Amino acid sequence: MPAPTPIRFLFRGQPVEVPTDTPTRTVLQWLREDRQACGTKEGCAEGDCGACTVLVAELAEALPSASQAVLSAGVALRPVNACIRFLPSLHGKALLTVEDLADGSPAAPGPLHPAQQALLDCHGAQCGFCTPGFVMTLAAVHEAHQAHQDRDPTACAPNRGALADALSGNLCRCTGYRPILDAAQQMLAQTGPRLPLAGLRDQLLALQAAPAPSVDGCVHAPRDLATLARLRADKPEARLVAGATDVGLWVTKQMRPLGELIFLGDVAELRHIEATATALRIGAAVTLEDAWAALVARWPALHEMHRRFAGPPVRHAGTLVGNLANGSPIGDGPPVLIALGAELWLRRGEVQRRLPLQDFYLDYMKNALQPGEFVEAVEVPLQTLGAGWLTQAHKISKRLDCDISAVSAGFALRLDGDRVAEARLAYGGLAATVRRASGAEAALIGQPWTEAALRAAQAALARDYTPLTDLRASADYRRATAAALLERLWLSTRPHEPVPLEQLRVDLRTPA
Amino acid sequence: MDLKDLPPSPAAADATPVVGAPLPHESARLHVTGRAAYTDDLPEPAGTLHAALGLSPLAHGRIEGLDLARLTALPGVVAVFTAADIPGENNVGPIVHDDTILARDTVSYLGQPVFAVIARTRDAARRAAALAKEVLQLSPLPAQLDLRAAHAAGQHVVPSMHLSRSSHPGGVAGAIAAAPHRLQGRFSLGGQEQFYLEGQISLAVPQDDGGLKVFCSTQHPSEMQALIAHALHLGNHAVQVECRRMGGGFGGKESQSALFACVAALAARHLGRPVKLRLDRDDDFLITGRRHGFEFDWDVGFDEAGRVLGVEVTMLGQAGHSADLSPPVLTRAICHFDNAYWLPDVAIHGHLPRTHTQSNTAFRGFGGPQGALAIEVILDDIARHLGQDPFAVRQANWYGTAEDGHNRHITPYLQVVEDNIIDPLTQALARDARYAERRAAVQAFNVGSPWLKKGLALSPVKFGISFNVNHFNQAGALVHVYLDGTVLVNHGGTEMGQGLNTKVAQVVAHELGLPLAQVRVSATDTSKVANTSATAASTGADLNGKAAQDAARQVWARLAGVAAQAWGVEPDTVRFAAGQVLGPEGQQMAFGALVQQAYVARVQLWSDGYYATPGLHWDRETLTGKPFFYFAYGAAVAEVLLDTLTGEWKLLQADLLHDVGQSLNPALDIGQVEGGFVQGMGWLTSEELVWHPQSGKLLTHAPSTYKIPTANDVPEAFTTRLFENANVADSIHRSKAVGEPPLLLGFSVFLALRDAVAACGQPGCLPPLRAPATPEALLAAIQAVRQAS
Repeated sequence: MPAPTPIRFLFRGQPVEVPTDTPTRTVLQWLREDRQACGTKEGCAEGDCGACTVLVAELAEALPSASQAVLSAGVALRPVNACIRFLPSLHGKALLTVEDLADGSPAAPGPLHPAQQALLDCHGAQCGFCTPGFVMTLAAVHEAHQAHQDRDPTACAPNRGALADALSGNLCRCTGYRPILDAAQQMLAQTGPRLPLAGLRDQLLALQAAPAPSVDGCVHAPRDLATLARLRADKPEARLVAGATDVGLWVTKQMRPLGELIFLGDVAELRHIEATATALRIGAAVTLEDAWAALVARWPALHEMHRRFAGPPVRHAGTLVGNLANGSPIGDGPPVLIALGAELWLRRGEVQRRLPLQDFYLDYMKNALQPGEFVEAVEVPLQTLGAGWLTQAHKISKRLDCDISAVSAGFALRLDGDRVAEARLAYGGLAATVRRASGAEAALIGQPWTEAALRAAQAALARDYTPLTDLRASADYRRATAAALLERLWLSTRPHEPVPLEQLRVDLRTPA
Repeated sequence: MDLKDLPPSPAAADATPVVGAPLPHESARLHVTGRAAYTDDLPEPAGTLHAALGLSPLAHGRIEGLDLARLTALPGVVAVFTAADIPGENNVGPIVHDDTILARDTVSYLGQPVFAVIARTRDAARRAAALAKEVLQLSPLPAQLDLRAAHAAGQHVVPSMHLSRSSHPGGVAGAIAAAPHRLQGRFSLGGQEQFYLEGQISLAVPQDDGGLKVFCSTQHPSEMQALIAHALHLGNHAVQVECRRMGGGFGGKESQSALFACVAALAARHLGRPVKLRLDRDDDFLITGRRHGFEFDWDVGFDEAGRVLGVEVTMLGQAGHSADLSPPVLTRAICHFDNAYWLPDVAIHGHLPRTHTQSNTAFRGFGGPQGALAIEVILDDIARHLGQDPFAVRQANWYGTAEDGHNRHITPYLQVVEDNIIDPLTQALARDARYAERRAAVQAFNVGSPWLKKGLALSPVKFGISFNVNHFNQAGALVHVYLDGTVLVNHGGTEMGQGLNTKVAQVVAHELGLPLAQVRVSATDTSKVANTSATAASTGADLNGKAAQDAARQVWARLAGVAAQAWGVEPDTVRFAAGQVLGPEGQQMAFGALVQQAYVARVQLWSDGYYATPGLHWDRETLTGKPFFYFAYGAAVAEVLLDTLTGEWKLLQADLLHDVGQSLNPALDIGQVEGGFVQGMGWLTSEELVWHPQSGKLLTHAPSTYKIPTANDVPEAFTTRLFENANVADSIHRSKAVGEPPLLLGFSVFLALRDAVAACGQPGCLPPLRAPATPEALLAAIQAVRQAS
């Protein structure tokens, strides 16, 4: 048995080694308990409040092109929640916390980072507990803008709406956010000091020689697909972990033992987004943020779903394939991708197969994966970009941002003249799995796209699902909004006098 | 000279204007650099153990047994404590002694702590405590989870309260019956979780003499001290409680920090080792109470102008399983049912039914918001019924003034409204926010928009300042002047983000003519100022500012005497400004130099200070008196956009105008106003509490399921102004308390949503909209007004 290899990453500008034998120890626990680095706070331990936001940096070339990570000085930075991030995922990367931004020592008060100075000047901190998390999110926004300006001096600063979106994963209970948004705008006018990234790239390059952390029977973090496939086939009981934005909670909240872990975040082949003439292929280690951006670039109508899908620290850690494979009945990825006709690429050892996403979900939290098999990628055909196709995605939740849906929907409709030629209507939140509304689809196909067809489809929709009542919504409300979303689709796409979406949605915002 | 009757120090007039300046929070630099230390950030003493609580899995049941051996055998577990291990009183109830630290005999809500596991790591303690369901033997008892059912069954935590005033021969009922118009209705109002970002935490450290030092995130260190002492059979003098700062409190750390402080202290006392108890967020939700949800039934009679002639309201406040602070919360709800309105004939019946749920407690506003929202809903319905603008109906009902001769300035609890500025304040806001113009624009928009509807509302606030319990209205402070001229202040208030320490430092710096940097406020510590009141009821700056001012003036008087003697001038001619001491004929010396001289002359350079709010009285039996030193006022205009297909909505614009008297610190005050508004909006819209209807488990027990506002819920068009005013009461620098009142500004959002729902029905429809107005509640109300049409 090979000797256990430790987790190696950069912290405070220096390489550190952490034993690999407790792979579910979180970055936050390590910071606060092992390093007494208490600037990073725990507010919820489930990735929902952002008080623990830190930045993780890695080599820029590891990421897909058009990545939404902050690219600066040859490294890619992402804000993530330290509370549900497991230590092995830091291997080969750098961790930046609020203490890295400015000394801040009362003994030697040096200059503050613009995010810090602006929050101070704008009275953006009251109790101060959420503040380090806001500082880190804002510092990432600042670095992104400055790096953007380095490349293009005419680059515009993000507007207030975009800044609110960037902050949607950080909760503040004191200020009411106005001063924080003011600070965000004020900060963007300041060019420095910047994040301490000098030399980081070289240090990261030097780290790449270190072997991937591995302790047999405990944890593996392979870097190539063949190793992953072999490990997975050999250890069908092992738990696959990508961004840990759900699995993290199993540990912090349910205190579940996870058994042997296989991290797939560092598998190079899985980190790509490939665009061919007919499809977009998104690897299993591509983050939600990068994946949604790639989808929105082709289907702008998905923009609202992108911005409302979790908050940035979760989108920068979790993966789209993780969301699909997890198979929550209220996941927001599956309805959209089923409507778009997506297929999963599955792999077991050397054996690959493809499966339509809609056939992946068998029952509540049960899927079609064979033992030893894993999802390598999701492939989204570009077919629905063709003539006659209409695509929409909608989400209903109590809060606009960062809330689990009561109902979510992905619609793809092909009109042939005034007639519905094809219909894919997929809903989450209405059944034990995300699935298509087959009755409603049948009611539409072949019919003229008229109010009569809509009403028939709505009537069929009521028979397609038997939703439950829970803390998010009642069965009645789920039924009513499922029908309402279909109505929104019809109103906005009807051949005669279509209603602009701005007259049908309160939250509509065009991509920045 | 009697030091207690000192005139304002002459220094004040020509000092650098520290008071009234928009200075940053004293910890702002520490906040933004991550250096501000909260209780969990303090270095742990060697050997610190960690506690976790085993929670009842039943809403109601009898405790039959506990498999202690299974817990103590777990790795890392050091000890397990139950109620039987508490040597003193097993109680943390602040008023009625009905709240256990650890449950004995019975459990009365799901989540109630029954045992405490102490382990070497927090993780080990949590893993053991999580076995509660398996190691506890409980026999279930019937659980009462419904507020109205509990009331109907006559189950209440304390006797009900009734306040009535009538000049009609038929009493209030007669006044209502005789009115030209009459409406009756119901209104259901949900509770609210404080969601302080820093959860409940205590660290208890045994001292060499058997005493304890407890670091606790609490708004009420003195009560923590007393309850720990009672639980452990110690004298209060053996327990020291310290709190430098909290990561938010909002009322949730007034009484309810006690359970955790007592458990940590109990374990530390038994084991002779430091013990820390930091709650996981889910446990925090499951164990602690929050803002009371209320149910209202009302009956109102009114005239053609919408003037209320008689109103009767029954309010049920969800106390939960025990009294906690529910009695004064209900009192404040009753005392705020009038909000800004003269109610000639009024009867208010208040009840606190007992349910098998968390015991509800203080939360910013303390019942006031609940009481006041009820009358706002009633006035809204009156306006719609009459086809009038809701703002016009509100104006028709304003309190009058003593001077106007209409005798419309006495509250139902018989306090005279002495400083009524609601009319000029709301007129200024209506003008600046272009209320009338936007009302017309909203109507025009709605005519042309079948699916999206807009709503607009202007809502007022009048909020009484002081604790309803007279004796809490006192405070103490210490001001220490050191030989280098620096000043350390300690007072009984606690810092939870509101900027209290900043304001108190400003007051002291002002008195001594010092730059703010020369004055520091230290941690709240029961060994410094004794028997302090909770930092609550918005009174922090009022009470502690006055107490610190008193202390500073005494030191000032002594120093002025030393300077006067040195220069041969009268003491009242000596000025303190910008760190200098100035004589009438150009004499000058640095403050520090005078301090040195005073020390050598053996003059006391530190002083205590004390303040008790004057003129308050309250009769708990009749619910009458003068409970409030003064009132704070404010108003807000909100405009919303509502999707009538789904119930989704968006706040388009908010304009706030608030009265803080003469602001001690406009930056901090605006922060309180805006933060209060957004918190109030969250309460009434997205923040929904859901208990399982059978098990009684709180299902919304984390930010994943309980949704407080985010940055995107705040409109880009958001203005906040402070109303130009000076307090008529002799408050600290004529300022007004600002913690709680602005929370009521959030009413405007809820009322604007009602307005938008009403636009979906026929004129005169009354939207049956509950709070929180979630998209689901809004869609149900839309469907109801449409069906009624």
